[in-house]
Amino acid sequence: MKRIKRRYLAVQVQREALPTEREFVDAVWAAVTRLYGEVGASQTGLALIKFDAERRVAVIRVSLASLNMVRASLATITVILEKEASMQVLSVSGTLKGLYSRAK
Amino acid sequence: MTRCFADLHLRANLKDQKATQRVIIRAASLGYTQIAFASTSRLNEEEYAKLKAMCRDSSVDLVSRADFYPRSEMELTHFLRRFRRQFEVICILCDNKEVARQAAKDRRVDLLNFSSLDYRKRFFDRAEAELASGCLAALEVDVKPLLILEGPPRVRLLMSLRREVGVAREFGVPLILSSGVGEERFMRSPKDLASLAYLLDLDEAFALDAVSTNPTAIVTRNRKKLGSRFVAPGISVIKEGKA
Repeated sequence: MKRIKRRYLAVQVQREALPTEREFVDAVWAAVTRLYGEVGASQTGLALIKFDAERRVAVIRVSLASLNMVRASLATITVILEKEASMQVLSVSGTLKGLYSRAK
Repeated sequence: MTRCFADLHLRANLKDQKATQRVIIRAASLGYTQIAFASTSRLNEEEYAKLKAMCRDSSVDLVSRADFYPRSEMELTHFLRRFRRQFEVICILCDNKEVARQAAKDRRVDLLNFSSLDYRKRFFDRAEAELASGCLAALEVDVKPLLILEGPPRVRLLMSLRREVGVAREFGVPLILSSGVGEERFMRSPKDLASLAYLLDLDEAFALDAVSTNPTAIVTRNRKKLGSRFVAPGISVIKEGKA
């Protein structure tokens, strides 16, 4: 079977009150579903790897084929649970090691 | 070579210095090196100098931009004659076809912008693109409506934009991606802005050009033209002799 290529994204969350892990993931799923529908969202392979509340940075994993879809969806997020929010992709890498070394 | 990113369409109440400063600081932190504010009210020299100083403090280059909503060809030409040499970037918001066509064939116009909310007022078709490609006008796409609209209006807008971007590429009309926002929460980093261009079927290189090479080229070209040494395209004063 062909190996699925993945990408890891470090995403900074900007919101007055930091959302919980659950709220963050739901907001990302909702944005992807709004833009690409349920079938599109199911192809992203989206998963939350780490949520650093202190630095307001989340690490998510997506399939390489859907990287652009997820990036575009993240950019469209303006609200999380009726509170103003935005997300900024800090870096993208093929490995977690690479992502963390870039973050340093 | 690293890219220089530009957002030529920020909105702010320029009389409100604190709000403007916040927008400038945010733009700088997001990685923009050139920004322009769309202002409908004219700033006096002192206010403009303050704004420029604020940008300098944040290591951002301020580009002067004027937006105009002409209702007829006459109004458009009158405006261009009066203001072209005072601003580095001139954007025409085309409200009807007559104005859109005239703006596309006038070499003094830098950016063509169309209504995002009324898709019947988007006049960027093949004829418009052909006229624009023969001149210097670029198509400006604001991403703000993509962020605030939802459901059918966003679908309709995406449909129009995808068609227009395809036409622009076919005729070689430069595309400029701008934020068109005045609130910090809607401001996006250049790469995130470019990622929204994937929704318009643009590839990565073309999308990044739309937030870097294309806008900076317009500013460089116009600054050169507005400089004292410019005579005509291809002719400039190298050295002045003694009279």
